[in-house]
Amino acid sequence: MSMKGKLAVLVVLAMLVAVLSGCAQKPAAEQKPEQKPAEENVVRIGFIWPLTGDVKTFGESSKNGSLLALEEANYKAGKWTIKYEIQDDRNDATEAVNVATKLISDFKANVIVGGLTSKCAIPISELCEQNKVVMMSNTATNPKVTFDPERGGRKTYVFRACFIDDWQGEVGAKFALQNLKAKTAAVLYDQGNDYVKGLATFFKQAFEAGGGKIVAFEAYTEKDTDFSAVLTKIKKENPDVLYLPDYYNKVSLIAKQARDKGIKAVFMGGDGWDSSELDFAACEGGYFTNHYSPEDPRPEVQEWVKKYQAKYGSVPDALATLAYEGTRLVLKAIEIADSNDSTKIRDALQNMKGVPGVSTPSFSFDDHGNPVKPLAILQIKDGKQKFIAIVQR
Amino acid sequence: MIYFFEQFVNGIQLGFVYALIALGYTMVYGIIRLINFAHGDVFMVGAYLGFFGFARWHLPYPVAILVSMVACAALGVTIERVAYRPLRYAPRIAALISAIGVSFFLEYFCSLKFVFTPNYQVVPRALPLKNYSLGGVNIPNVTIIIVVVVLAMLALLQYIIYHTRIGKAMRAVSFDHDAARLMGINVDRTISITFAIGSALAAAGGVLYITAYPQVFPFMGILPGLKAFTAAVLGGIGIVPGAVLGALIMGQVDVMSAAYISSQLRDAIAFSILILVLLVRPTGLLGKRGPEKV
Repeated sequence: MSMKGKLAVLVVLAMLVAVLSGCAQKPAAEQKPEQKPAEENVVRIGFIWPLTGDVKTFGESSKNGSLLALEEANYKAGKWTIKYEIQDDRNDATEAVNVATKLISDFKANVIVGGLTSKCAIPISELCEQNKVVMMSNTATNPKVTFDPERGGRKTYVFRACFIDDWQGEVGAKFALQNLKAKTAAVLYDQGNDYVKGLATFFKQAFEAGGGKIVAFEAYTEKDTDFSAVLTKIKKENPDVLYLPDYYNKVSLIAKQARDKGIKAVFMGGDGWDSSELDFAACEGGYFTNHYSPEDPRPEVQEWVKKYQAKYGSVPDALATLAYEGTRLVLKAIEIADSNDSTKIRDALQNMKGVPGVSTPSFSFDDHGNPVKPLAILQIKDGKQKFIAIVQR
Repeated sequence: MIYFFEQFVNGIQLGFVYALIALGYTMVYGIIRLINFAHGDVFMVGAYLGFFGFARWHLPYPVAILVSMVACAALGVTIERVAYRPLRYAPRIAALISAIGVSFFLEYFCSLKFVFTPNYQVVPRALPLKNYSLGGVNIPNVTIIIVVVVLAMLALLQYIIYHTRIGKAMRAVSFDHDAARLMGINVDRTISITFAIGSALAAAGGVLYITAYPQVFPFMGILPGLKAFTAAVLGGIGIVPGAVLGALIMGQVDVMSAAYISSQLRDAIAFSILILVLLVRPTGLLGKRGPEKV
C-alpha cells in the first residue's frame, strides 16, 4: 500500500468516526428542542378517505365536510393547533392499513378520522387500538368497527359518528313490511365486503322475524359485473322487494341489469346509495335508509345545508355531514381534554353527553362507542332524492 | 323449463365473450408456448377504448369496436416486442414471469390519474334495449349482437388460419420454429401478427362485455381473463376450436352453478374445473394424447 493509499484510508476512517459519533449525539442534542415546542400545542389528525376507486364520491364529500369543520374552528381546538394530513385508501383494505401505518408511525397522528367504509375501517380500528390512537370513523356502519366479540370485544379507542347496521337493516326490513306491504324479498350481497354482508344479514333476520319471506339470498364477489344468472333466478321468484345493500356503483350496475331482465320488485338499500353518481334512472322508485336528509326541515339541518352550499356549491350528502360532525366531535374532545394525549382525548369522547349535531339533535356515545341517533328514509323519485321520514331509535 | 332456457341464454352470452378472450390465449400458446397473462388486461384496455369510442367520442358502435381492435392489436404487438421477444430463447419460465409483470404494469399504469383513473365508471347504453321472446324465453338484443359478432369473427379467423399465406405461416411456425425459418418464413413477423390478431379479438370481447355488463375499471380483466384461460385449457390449449368449445362450456358452468347450486360457490366451481382438467386430462377435451414435444 502506497503512502497515498494509507492516507486515504485514514481520512475515510476519520470521517466514519466523525459521522458515527455525530449520529450517536444527535438524538440527545437535537430531538428535544425540535420536539418540545411542536408537542406543546399541536394535535395531529390523520384523515383516511377513498378519494379514488369505486366509492370516490364518498371520499370527496367526506373531505369537504371535514375540511369545513377544521376551517370553521380556524384549525384550532381550545389552545391546540391542528396539523393534519390526508391519505387516500382507494377503498382497499390493504391500502387502508398501509396509509394508517404511515399516519401513525411517520406523521405521529394522535387522532385518525376516517376509515370511511367498514371494510377499511375494521383493519384500521385494529391498528389504532394496538397503537392507542383515537379513531373516529364517520360512516363505517358495521358493528365490528368498534366492537368485535371474537377479537377482544370493545376497541376502546374507536368511535363513530353513525348508527350501526343491525338497526339500519331492521328499519329497512320494517319499512318494507309495514309501509311497502311487502311479503317477499330477495337479497343480493357481496360476500367479501363486511358492510354489505352485515347489512344483508341484518335485513334478512329482521324481515323474517317480521313475518316476511326471503325468497332468494344470493352472493356475488366484488369484481363481478355479470349478474344475469342470479337475476334470472330472482325474477323467477318474483319478490316484492329486492334489497341491494352495496355501494352506489354496484347498485347502479345491478339495478340496470335487473330492470333489463324485467324484474318488477321495488329496490331497497342502505346508506351506500347516497351518491350523486348513483344511476337514478335505474333505481327510480327505490328506497334507502340514510343518516340524514338535506330536506329534513329541522333548522340546524337547513342551516348546515346553506353553509355547505355557500362553500362548495352543492347539497351536502350524508357523507359530508357525518364527516363534518365527526371532525367537530374530535375537536370538541381535544378542547375538553386540553391535551394531545390520545388516552385523554378518548376519555373526553366517551364521556361526552348531548353535544348538538346536524344529523342528530344530540350526540352521546354508548358503551361500544356508537352514538344513538335517528335514521332517515329517502326515496329515489323523478331522478332525485326525496325525503320520506325520520325514524327515531 | 323456461327458467332453464333463460339461464342457458345467459350462459351463451357469457360463453361467447369468453371465447373471444380464450382464442388469444390459445393462439399465443400455440405459436410460442407462452401463457400470456397480460391478455386479460389487453381485454380491459379494449373495453376502455370501446367505452371512450361510443360514449365519449360518439363513434357509431361498430366503428368503436374497430378502433378498439386496431389499437389493441398495436398494443399486443408492442407487448410482444418489448417483453417477450428478448426472452424468446430464455427458459420458458422467464417469459411467463415477464407476462405477469406486463399484466401488473397494465393494471396499475391504467389506474393512474392521468390514464384511466382507478375509478369505476358506468358505461351508458351503446344501443337501445330490445327484448325478443322465443317461446316465452326472453332474449335481449345484446345477446344476439354478441353471438353474431363473435360468430363472424370466428369465421374470419378460420379463414385467415386455413386459407391465407399468413395463416399457413402461423401453422408452420406453431409446428416448428426452426424448420419454418429454414423454409423462408419470417418467424418474428408471424408471431407479431398472431399477437395482433389475438389482442384484437380480446379488444372486441372487451367492448361486447361492457355492452352487456356496463361498467369499466382497471382490474376488470382479471376474472374474465382467468375464466377464459380456464376455458382454453379445458378445450385443449393451443387448439383453436377447443378454445371456443371450452369457453361455451365455461359460460354455462358459470351461469348454471349460480342458478342451480349456489351463487357463493360460482367461482370456486369454475376453477375446480381447471384443476380437474389438469389432473384428469391435461391435454384438454380436444387435445391429442401424445409424447411431449421437446
